[in-house]
Amino acid sequence: MTREALTRQIHHIQDEVLLLGSMVEQAMLQAVQALRNRDVPAANRIYRDDSYINDKRYAIENAILILIATQQPMARDLRLLAAMLEVINELERMGDYAKGVAKIARKIDGEDLPIPTGFDRMAQLAVEMLHRALSAFVRESAAEASSIPREDDQVDALYNQVYRQIINWMIANPNTIDHANLLMWVAHNLERMADRVTNICERTVFIVTGELMEMDTTDDEDADFDDED
Amino acid sequence: MMEREHTMALEVREMDFYYGSFRAVKNVNLDIEPRKITAIIGPSGCGKSTVIRCFNRMNDLIPGTRLTGEVLFHGQNIYATDVDPVQIRRLIGMVFQKPNPFPKSIYENVAWGARINGFTGNMDDLVEESLSQAALWDEVKDSLSKSALALSGGQQQRLCIARALAVKPEIILMDEPCSALDPIATLKIEDLMRELSVHYTIIIVTHNMQQAARASDYTAFFTMDTTDRAGLLVEYGETNQIFTNPKDQRTEDYITGRFG
Repeated sequence: MTREALTRQIHHIQDEVLLLGSMVEQAMLQAVQALRNRDVPAANRIYRDDSYINDKRYAIENAILILIATQQPMARDLRLLAAMLEVINELERMGDYAKGVAKIARKIDGEDLPIPTGFDRMAQLAVEMLHRALSAFVRESAAEASSIPREDDQVDALYNQVYRQIINWMIANPNTIDHANLLMWVAHNLERMADRVTNICERTVFIVTGELMEMDTTDDEDADFDDED
Repeated sequence: MMEREHTMALEVREMDFYYGSFRAVKNVNLDIEPRKITAIIGPSGCGKSTVIRCFNRMNDLIPGTRLTGEVLFHGQNIYATDVDPVQIRRLIGMVFQKPNPFPKSIYENVAWGARINGFTGNMDDLVEESLSQAALWDEVKDSLSKSALALSGGQQQRLCIARALAVKPEIILMDEPCSALDPIATLKIEDLMRELSVHYTIIIVTHNMQQAARASDYTAFFTMDTTDRAGLLVEYGETNQIFTNPKDQRTEDYITGRFG
């Protein structure tokens, strides 16, 4: 086996991607918990710590660019490194969703609003999906990666349920619409996080097969209004 | 029976090549696209230089060698008995690893091939045209009578390309043309290959994979069969595909540096 330096450095970067992933997972779980417990100090901390996620993302990007420039990776190595650039971008955006939830936790401090119970389950599902997607990514398992996106249906179902809860609350308490609307954003962020897991799974398939293809989820709920990707 | 159209620059059919009783290359089937750059890559000993030398009968000069199969040029097998190998080498020129100018003036180096081919036109124009095509004219136009050996290695190699162009070939074979050159001279040759490919078919053997990736349109990967040590073609395709998503595991292992 030649190219030990390249192989070692690729493994190191993969470890860093996993670490970034677990930072994002923790941020989202803790943000929803801070919202649920109305824990403003925790929300402040999560909001602030997003900068660590961003820093880690840029450090990984830099390491990948150096490796491409100095080692001239080809074929599968090149696809893996290109895919990692995409994956860290997805992770950083998920980190932003967690930061957004933390910000909302601060804003609704002291407001008399019920926090939908669906949030906890959505966060748990999205984080589990992400965890398994990253595991499939580093093990380069196209089969496992292909099986994950359909789990997004559960998150979408919860999203619809929570959406109706919040709408009903707004109708019943029109004076709280401003703040209730913020909860809509929490639901949106959790739903989008799960969507972005699908993008990571697509990259895993790309590494293995060289084919870039969109994985179909049944999610067309808000596709028409979504210009993010 | 309909005559098959021969739109390829070269069509290699079931080609085997022997040094004495040793089969050095086996079962090569390859269509070379016209006016494109095709790179031949592979580990040492895979027969890539032998293969490119088969394309203009350069191996005829080595005693005890033998070729079976066909190399079709305009539909005509260049190994047919009535074909003149000298004529083939005029139409299918070659540039070698080490620049090999004659110990004569720059002008004479370019004029020489045309002269022995009975060229009767304006020699000054031909020399200027060939040196311009080889991106050397501006550097040497005021010193055409100076010895070619006074040129730098990169200039000498471009002079050899000008010399090959002066006899109006259709195909230019290049056997590791940059291996004796520094990186800047190498990039100049690669730029030149790109310009020349508008009019000429170029086939280049290179052990520099990055060069193949940068400079070619098509890539053929050869390797050596470990059982009989014969070179064979493993995979041939568009360069973009070969270097991002090769189909054969042996190609993958070679271009990612896991083998060879």
